[in-house]
Amino acid sequence: MSTETETAEQIAIDREKGNFRYETDYAFDAGVGLNAATVDYIAKVKGEEEWVREFRQKALKVFESKPMPTHWATKDLEAIDFSKIRYYLSQGQKPSRSWDDVPEAMKNTFERLGIPEQERKFLAGVEAQFDSEAAYSRMKEGLEKLGVIFVGPTEGLKEHAEIFRPWFGKVIPTGDNKFSALNSAVFSGGSFIYVPKGVKVKQPLQAYFRINAENFGQFERTLIIADEGAEVTYMEGCTAPKFETATLHSAVVELIAMKGAKIQYITVQNWSNNVFNLVTKRGLAHEDSEIRWIDCNIGSRLTMKYPGVILKGRRARGEVLSIALADDGQHQDTGAKMIHAADETTSNIIAKSISVGKGRSTYRGLVQIPKHLKNCKNNTECDALLINANSRTDTYPAITVRGEGNSVQHEASVSKVSAEQIFYMRSRGLSEAAAMSLSVNGFINDLVREFPMEYSVELKRLIELEMEGSVG
Amino acid sequence: MPSLDIRNLCVSIGDKPILKDFTLSVPKGQVHALMGPNGTGKSTLAKALAGHEDYTITGGEVFLDGSPLLGLEPEQRARLGLFLAFQYPCEIPGVSIANFLRAASQARLPEGQEVAAVEFYKKLHGKMDLLKMDRKFTARSLNEGFSGGERKRCEILQMMMLEPSYAIMDETDSGLDIDALRIVAEGVNLMRGPNLGALVITHYQRLLDYIVPDVVHVMFDGRIVKSGGKDLAKELESRGYDWVQKEFAPAK
Repeated sequence: MSTETETAEQIAIDREKGNFRYETDYAFDAGVGLNAATVDYIAKVKGEEEWVREFRQKALKVFESKPMPTHWATKDLEAIDFSKIRYYLSQGQKPSRSWDDVPEAMKNTFERLGIPEQERKFLAGVEAQFDSEAAYSRMKEGLEKLGVIFVGPTEGLKEHAEIFRPWFGKVIPTGDNKFSALNSAVFSGGSFIYVPKGVKVKQPLQAYFRINAENFGQFERTLIIADEGAEVTYMEGCTAPKFETATLHSAVVELIAMKGAKIQYITVQNWSNNVFNLVTKRGLAHEDSEIRWIDCNIGSRLTMKYPGVILKGRRARGEVLSIALADDGQHQDTGAKMIHAADETTSNIIAKSISVGKGRSTYRGLVQIPKHLKNCKNNTECDALLINANSRTDTYPAITVRGEGNSVQHEASVSKVSAEQIFYMRSRGLSEAAAMSLSVNGFINDLVREFPMEYSVELKRLIELEMEGSVG
Repeated sequence: MPSLDIRNLCVSIGDKPILKDFTLSVPKGQVHALMGPNGTGKSTLAKALAGHEDYTITGGEVFLDGSPLLGLEPEQRARLGLFLAFQYPCEIPGVSIANFLRAASQARLPEGQEVAAVEFYKKLHGKMDLLKMDRKFTARSLNEGFSGGERKRCEILQMMMLEPSYAIMDETDSGLDIDALRIVAEGVNLMRGPNLGALVITHYQRLLDYIVPDVVHVMFDGRIVKSGGKDLAKELESRGYDWVQKEFAPAK
């Protein structure tokens, strides 16, 4: 019986890495519930210009007019009570350029999550958001000299309006869906990034989103513009402590890749199991450019996320590599969208989902290649792995391909880790958790190889911890 | 004397009793063969000893060098030094042989200690050479798409790497051609010595030409009905199992 205690202890220490919080006093609090006054409060606290306030107010009306998409999505969405959520919380901190200037509780939080350490090791820039606002933001000096901009949306829309305003809300319009409208009304925090022509940012820029408060909604807004021939990798990580009540995270992320540019956007989402994670992510790829979404969803109660690429310019390439792990009490509803809008555009979707126990995973795909286009290609692979008879997986691929010379390949598979496989591995001395995590890692191995090293290590570690927790 | 000691073991699958007061002791350093007609419970013994949850222990005891084995998890039994070479090893997609063996070796180390990569590969390659396995094999997914011979060779490779003190080989000869059989037997013979006790389960005498047992047991209807020297296997070969059935079938 000693091993059971051991496992329990490991869970208590390791798996709960993000499950802690420091008491925090908020100087700015928009209160509970959402109405026009909430939106005005946010605009005022942030000192935004009138056009932004109007943008927000218009979005609020769109949000209110749209029904919950439960005609196709899960009824679990109805569990979100918008009138009980707090939409803006901050200590009034300005993002510091030095960790020493970050308020104590926030600094301790990010240190426990290992952010400053990662920054030293391999990042070109970091932004660390605590509830509604960034607490820390810093980019390597060399990049600033090259004209790279890495700021939050408030600063981005105020100080660099000429760059960001033309693209703001253009790839994902307010009315795209109920949650993009919600974000457009109350957005706060996130990254606005501009990489000038020909500048290749070698190391990743990273944002870390931390929810600390209960009954809270985090609504960051990200807009990344890579000008002609520019290259950038952006990485986001997220955690929250466990609360009894539901927490909402609803981001909007827009990417613009100009001619010949490359954007790689990596997400490792590890929310606690009370978080509704409802995110809209889309990129616009101009001629010869490439947009790549690498999306790993490990935590949350419900994630709904379908990163997409609009392939607008000739020979543009779009890619979504996605890994979702749904454990007990979790539903990962993820997928990808590829909208081909020019000749010779290519897209690739590889989605792997793992359902453990009663965890549920859903893949939704959308691939469109209209009739007038020539020589477009799509490849879609979605594989599901079930660990346990209770798990559930669904696949809804929607592929519309018309016209001549366009080709599409679609493969889907569902496999199971059998009791015999687990027994076989245990008979070699591996614990049940180690056996499961080994087979899960085996399942996603070919995909993880595509990831930058640091993230593949992190991902494998997270899966190991998750598997440890899933063994009863 | 250190031994794998099975005393009056009773095992059921569902409600059906398969092993009935099965008693057998394999001293360390010896190779015992367990023979018998199909359906007498040979594989049940192997799985039950390894701790498979489908096999219910209804009575008896098992000691590995004096430590009680029953009630332990399969991985604890393995770490104590028990190894089961499966009759039908399963496929583990995406997990390479090298990674698997490394994880299995790691599982045997105390917390905080890491398998040393260089030594691990040196050992692995050495054992593979002995089994005439191509080095490229280490990168292949465990048992995935393997031929029968490759699977069994891979079982022996695992056994050589994990260095158990007691090995149970469940019909290792099934599905092997004569060359593969010879290589597998050579692997087992290399491990033979004062540090290994082995129970070789087989239906045919053929394997015992290559792995010469110290003791041969004949099993029927869930228990051992006859034990003897290696000549007993030859006798079974020439007379078949019919006489066992006639002699030991319960009176109706």
